Amino acid sequence: MKKLINRPQDVVAESLRGFALAHSGKVRVDHDLATVYRAERPLLGTVGLVSGGGSGHEPLHAGFVGHGMLSAACCGQVFTSPVPDQVVAATQQVDAGAGVLHLVKNYTGDVMNFEMAAEIVADTADIEVATVVLDDDVAVQDSTWTAGRRGTGATVFAEKLAGAAAEEGRPLAEVAAIARHVNENARSMGMAIAPSTVPTAGKPNFTLGEDEMELGVGIHGEPGRATVPYAPAADIARQLAEPVLADLPFAGGDRALVLLNGMGATPLIELYLMYGEVAAILAGHGIEVVRPLVGNYITSLDMAGCSLTVLRADDELLRLWDAPVETPALRWGR
Amino acid sequence: MMSAVPDPVAGTPATLGVPDLTTWLRRYAAEIVAHEQELTDLDAAIGDGDHGANMTRGMTAVVAVLDQTPFETLDALAKKVGMTLVSSVGGASGPLYGTFWLRFAKPLSGLARTDAATLGLALRAGVEGIQQRGKAEGGDKTMLDAFLPALAAYDAAVDAGAEPTAALRDAATAGRAGCAATVTMVARKGRASYLGERSAGHQDPGATSAALLLECAVS
Repeated sequence: MKKLINRPQDVVAESLRGFALAHSGKVRVDHDLATVYRAERPLLGTVGLVSGGGSGHEPLHAGFVGHGMLSAACCGQVFTSPVPDQVVAATQQVDAGAGVLHLVKNYTGDVMNFEMAAEIVADTADIEVATVVLDDDVAVQDSTWTAGRRGTGATVFAEKLAGAAAEEGRPLAEVAAIARHVNENARSMGMAIAPSTVPTAGKPNFTLGEDEMELGVGIHGEPGRATVPYAPAADIARQLAEPVLADLPFAGGDRALVLLNGMGATPLIELYLMYGEVAAILAGHGIEVVRPLVGNYITSLDMAGCSLTVLRADDELLRLWDAPVETPALRWGR
Repeated sequence: MMSAVPDPVAGTPATLGVPDLTTWLRRYAAEIVAHEQELTDLDAAIGDGDHGANMTRGMTAVVAVLDQTPFETLDALAKKVGMTLVSSVGGASGPLYGTFWLRFAKPLSGLARTDAATLGLALRAGVEGIQQRGKAEGGDKTMLDAFLPALAAYDAAVDAGAEPTAALRDAATAGRAGCAATVTMVARKGRASYLGERSAGHQDPGATSAALLLECAVS
């Protein structure tokens, strides 16, 4: 294993140290609890937005803390959910009298730790907490016999759009409803051509032959729908887009926000190439891409591959998408 | 409740006291460290390979608490253990084992020692807490596949008049058998569930750490 690290067990803490220095003035980092906050105090009467999860998906979530998006992000160990103490502290810190929304990706550990945190807050503080669980990954087909669909690219959309609503001063129920609406109208699918390596594990988390790729892979290297023959980008785009479009289902005339996301080790030149392929497929279905986003937004360490997220948009979501945002990883209009 | 115990002298097999629970926890911490690689390997096969490291981090934190703080009652000790695990483990194991000890504490409220029957109530409360938190059932290839048969064996032993140590020994035997039975199961909860049929053929890491916990109660 060759990585730009010191000791494997120090990766999260040391990365947060650099993150705090790189974005000083914009964010504040509680290093004891591995939690990132906005540098500015929350505006009285606005809803706080707290998310978090295992580290290794950067820029998610810490890179989305800032004006118009998250109030705080709780960072777990690599691919391990944060603990309730972090979420409880973040919830208390960002509460500005209008309640706090927890945005949680649907993984067993994340759901349980956020759930325990919400129970502790309910028992000990007078803060209204709402929770929205994101589960947009269509790769998981048999949700009765599994832990359910996984939270992936829709999380980026939910954090941006709910964050914009919170910034407008909308009440907790409405901010939560927007996040829920995003989850209900977004579908994702990912793929990998090479696995990632968790620093403390020291070896790749799955294996793929030279002529293989994993279709429907999760952001922790979870198995997808199938290991299939490696194929040209045009074929990969079709294998991602068809199940995504069929699941909602999307229809001709739909407008869409589209995220073509890199898994961490795939260069932008390939992500743009893939986006071109995906855009052609969507156009072929009569779907109008109104806002595309291409780049590394929810990664899986050094996994090579990409994921596609399509969100059916309406005027309200478009307006919220265009609202100013100023975070380490997403910035416009300000 | 203490009056139900005929001879509440430290070390008598009729009761389990704070020193016994402390010994149990220290033994478990040592066994977790000794089995860290095994737990990691089991988890790498069907999960994400962090169970060994997470449990070691949690039980090391528990030992630090035991070293620092004397406890007068079983519930104070168990509650602190639960909170420590919740705060230090993360993942799914943190809330699950944390909830086990937090619920285990409740029936033991104010007790420095417990008889077999009350200990059974504590074990039941703990296991039911895991069930509620994880929304899993027996056969889902989780730690419950060790805990549920262990609980049944414990209750059967107590009904037959066994004292805590003997009943815990039966529980440990049943827990180990339940753990072994997870090998052929297909996972329906947690990250292993995404493997579907491919999860069969591997022993569940959570059931393995649970079987260890039960074994550490008696030997």
